[in-house]
Amino acid sequence: MLLDVGRFVRNDIRGKLCVALFVLALSFAARNGAAFSLSGQAGAPSAPQQTPPVPTPPQPTNTPPATGLNIVVLDPAHGGTDLGARGTGGIHESDIVLEFAAQVRTALEAQGFQVVQTRQGNANPSFDDRSAMANAQRGAIFVTLHIASTGVPGTARVYVMHDIAPGTDATGLIPWDRAQAPFVSLSRKLGDQVSALLAQRFKGSPAVAQTASVRQLRTTAAPAIAVEISSVTVEDRAQLDHMAPGVADAIARGAAAFRPTYVVPANPGERP
Amino acid sequence: MTPRWRYWFLGALFLAVAIAAIYLPILRRNIRQAAKLQQRSEEQARRELTQPTVINPSDPKVKAKLFWASGADDGTVSPVTVELPLSNEPVLRAKQVLNTLLAGPVDTELRTVPSDAALLAFYLLPDGTAIADFSEALGTSTPSGIQSEQMAVDSIARTLEANVPKVQRLKILIHGQEVETLAGHLDLSQAFLVNANAVAGPRAAATPMPAALTRALTPATTTVKLTESPNKSATKP
Repeated sequence: MLLDVGRFVRNDIRGKLCVALFVLALSFAARNGAAFSLSGQAGAPSAPQQTPPVPTPPQPTNTPPATGLNIVVLDPAHGGTDLGARGTGGIHESDIVLEFAAQVRTALEAQGFQVVQTRQGNANPSFDDRSAMANAQRGAIFVTLHIASTGVPGTARVYVMHDIAPGTDATGLIPWDRAQAPFVSLSRKLGDQVSALLAQRFKGSPAVAQTASVRQLRTTAAPAIAVEISSVTVEDRAQLDHMAPGVADAIARGAAAFRPTYVVPANPGERP
Repeated sequence: MTPRWRYWFLGALFLAVAIAAIYLPILRRNIRQAAKLQQRSEEQARRELTQPTVINPSDPKVKAKLFWASGADDGTVSPVTVELPLSNEPVLRAKQVLNTLLAGPVDTELRTVPSDAALLAFYLLPDGTAIADFSEALGTSTPSGIQSEQMAVDSIARTLEANVPKVQRLKILIHGQEVETLAGHLDLSQAFLVNANAVAGPRAAATPMPAALTRALTPATTTVKLTESPNKSATKP
């Protein structure tokens, strides 16, 4: 029977006509069906939709309430193929800062902070990616951890960015490479808090934050400090490991002391 | 072989061994000396090639201040006065002092820039922006770390500030390229303020070390745009 139908379609003009009509009917049905089922989605028919606008409930216009500092973005520097400073004993900055970060995290959480780490394992996000993690938060501070290849072993320093000329681009936005500009004075406050505590713990460490053009800090739109510990040149790695609890405690207590002085802007993107 | 010939043969063999025992250490020492001389001449040739600026003895001798590590191990640099014949032409003068800085201090422990780094080129723009182009070794041989990298830049900028008054800002290039950092930390994408009046501020005085030694560099407010940079925006003002 199927063979008969096939012969009818191929040989008879009426068969061809039937097939053409069938195809037309199918396409018509498909078009109408699509209009019902795919309305508003990609691939919807190009014919203008005459659906009436859906009335939306009025959005609340009041600004969100100001919240306090509760997030610390913790950045173990380097990672991946970037080992950072390298000691003669096979010590790599990228490994040690990750271990320091674990202790700093615990100390910060004990102070009630929520901690966001820029890397957990041996990854190497770019400077901008790390900054973006901080810039996406509201009410956050940024702490980047480093181990130096110079300096008196057993000391630690805090660095903050120099004053950066504030400026906006044509759209009124702060350029990415000056993101730190509105936060420099706050960064200094935070840096001084942490420095004072580090100086108490580690003799020979400066009691106030130092200034340096640290690349990571420049693009961070939050109070931001770099903590650098000396150094990878120690003969015994245990010397550095012994410093970790003290460094963690100083950062956590410094951040906690800084918390009341930092009034987080009510709206995201506002100047502090 | 008769016993007599055997004695002669053993005697000659013993003599040869004795001569070799005396001569071989001398030969080894000579080879080492030759290798050292060759290495030194290669280094000299490289320096001559990359540093065509030589001290001209006819230039007036002045007391130049070169900034190397202070020795306090606290990341500060301090001036050392060296009498040098320096040109009055700013670019030539800058090359002369920077080359002397790169040659290093008498005490190598106080070195702030790596010994294998070389100044490839130096330009001075009409607005006072200096562009110093260093060889790749400045980035690869400077010890990685905020402190050490800041010291390297401090010593270069302070030396220019003290000896070439026309330099207001300093932009550092590595092998002709703008780089993001010196050795992983210090930002080289911006120009540094070299002008003393613009740099000194209350912050420097607040540090426990003498203000003159603790002054660090600040990025210049006017950025020298050498290459296209990503035009991202961070936050609303």
